[in-house]
Amino acid sequence: MSATTLIQHMLTGISLGGAYALIAIGYTMVYGILRLINFAHGDIFMMAGYFMIFAMASFPWFISIPITLIATIALGVLIEKAAYKPLRSAPRMSIMISAIGVSYLLQNLATYLFTALPKSYPEVPFLKKIFQFGEISASLVTLVTPVLTVVLVIVLIQLINHTKIGMAMRAVSKDTETARLMGIKVDTTISMTFVIGSLLAAVGSILYFTDRMTVYPFSGSLPGLKCFVAAVFGGIGSIPGAVVGGFVIGICETLLVAFGYSTYSDAFTFLLLIVVLLVRPTGLFGEAVTDKV
Amino acid sequence: MSKKKIRDILLSVLLLAAAGGILAWLQADSSNHSYAISIIERSAIYAVVAVAMNMLTGFTGLFSLGQAGFMALGAYVTGILTIPVELRANVYYLNGIAPWLENVHLPMLPALILGGLVAALFAALIGIPILRLKSDYLAIATLGFAEIIRAFLASPAMNTITNGSFGLNNIPAFSNIFVPCVIAAVCILLMVLLINSSYGRAFKAIREDDVAAESMGINLFRHKELAFVISSFFTGIAGGLLAIYMRSIDTKTFQVTLTYNILLIVVLGGIGSVTGSIIGSFLINGGQEWLRFFDEPLSIGGVQIPLFRTGFRMVIYSVLLMIVVLFWRRGIMGTSEFTWDNLFGLFRRKKKKQAGGEA
Repeated sequence: MSATTLIQHMLTGISLGGAYALIAIGYTMVYGILRLINFAHGDIFMMAGYFMIFAMASFPWFISIPITLIATIALGVLIEKAAYKPLRSAPRMSIMISAIGVSYLLQNLATYLFTALPKSYPEVPFLKKIFQFGEISASLVTLVTPVLTVVLVIVLIQLINHTKIGMAMRAVSKDTETARLMGIKVDTTISMTFVIGSLLAAVGSILYFTDRMTVYPFSGSLPGLKCFVAAVFGGIGSIPGAVVGGFVIGICETLLVAFGYSTYSDAFTFLLLIVVLLVRPTGLFGEAVTDKV
Repeated sequence: MSKKKIRDILLSVLLLAAAGGILAWLQADSSNHSYAISIIERSAIYAVVAVAMNMLTGFTGLFSLGQAGFMALGAYVTGILTIPVELRANVYYLNGIAPWLENVHLPMLPALILGGLVAALFAALIGIPILRLKSDYLAIATLGFAEIIRAFLASPAMNTITNGSFGLNNIPAFSNIFVPCVIAAVCILLMVLLINSSYGRAFKAIREDDVAAESMGINLFRHKELAFVISSFFTGIAGGLLAIYMRSIDTKTFQVTLTYNILLIVVLGGIGSVTGSIIGSFLINGGQEWLRFFDEPLSIGGVQIPLFRTGFRMVIYSVLLMIVVLFWRRGIMGTSEFTWDNLFGLFRRKKKKQAGGEA
């Protein structure tokens, strides 16, 4: 394989990784606060794809993108209020089953509303512009994705470290009960987490589907699981970790496909997960927590 | 023997006889009842997996989402071994079959057991590292293994054994409805015996509090591994039954959705109740068919109701399940088992309530 093709594949991988990183942040934040694997997150991402299709049908892209973002946020918060909030005091298994139920519901709803056939994703004209560097060609979206990811992550880290709501989030994820006693509105904080997670999932979905061109009701489930693996790999609860994990998985997956092992590309992700869980369960940047009995 | 006990045994025998009678009646005119037969067969098969999953989730407290993977192993072993030798050239027309496998053929029952054993062996191997993980990490790791199994079975390297992504077909069907039902009943009975043994009590102790269980002298790892391996064995057998039931399988059959379906059966029936899982399996498999009218276009007084079209059934179904998960968390049976006493108690309570209401 020549250097040019390798660089070409690397570019694709980095772009995919950027989208994964944005989704993985949603997992890691929700897990950090609720101790819940939000199985529905991948499907929120899928719904964001459909929102964009329908928004683009009647509006230009600069209106469609905000509509998509807002609709996705609304969906995320609605799910939290309807399916997770009633189970706050329930055992962890119940809330996880509820998340699986929501994921199932969203997939069936999408199949019902939009049929199981893949729908073609609208092209945002400026994102699809092709750039040529010598022999390497890349569309703008490939270049924008990693940059946008890094920018969003820096903003998010600032938000978490230096604002009041960020401080509330950190407090709730450390100890919900004490946070409540300190006068933090736990429910608002949790909703805010879902707002941020869904927002990033919507951005990720625009970047991801612009490259993939089609959306179908199950297109969120496998990327969702992969992004969860990315979050575990980076250390659950750690935002830089999720980003690194997203990029690692995106790049490895693209390279595996490029070298002709496409059947194993999905299995690779899970192999990585199992290796991480066995060797270093706290992930790359996670803090070790000791269980008190 | 007390009067009550005699009554219970009598009622159970009557119930069994009635069930056998219904099956025989369906079987006698199988071409007319093929729809009902297929629902009952599928329910029986799903019941085995649901009980096996319940043994892990409900009784040992291990939340595993690897069912689809173990079912795939059982299904493929059973499928490969039972396809008639003379039909194999047709099945493997694209890649050919591995020479060592060409003439290996087993009758259904040994093939099923072998499928279960392969699943159990695999579970034993992966259990050693992953059973150290807790709750949701264990769930996601088993889910990951199920995906790896699926990718492995579909990979080009396995083409001459599993027929890769083309899947298997021409698997001989059940000769009659009793075969799957009896096998399922035997499997469930064996699991019930295990749950009621001293091992089962150890499982429950681990579920309640693993630290306390360990300090009472229960070897945590050995019991978790035992539960995991035995559950996988029966899941593998159920996978084999599913292969025979469906007659043609490919790796797409065994996606995560299958595991979720089983999980929803367990939740509906009640986590920690064997009879609940069985009832849940029949309810969900039957209910999915019953809800089918939602998929048909409906017109009332000549006006087409626009909501009724393909896919609406699954939306209703998943909404119902969400309602169960959110508002009726203990499911049909909770953690209790079906007994005749409870059933009569139910009627009596209702009667009392009515009497109280009138007075």
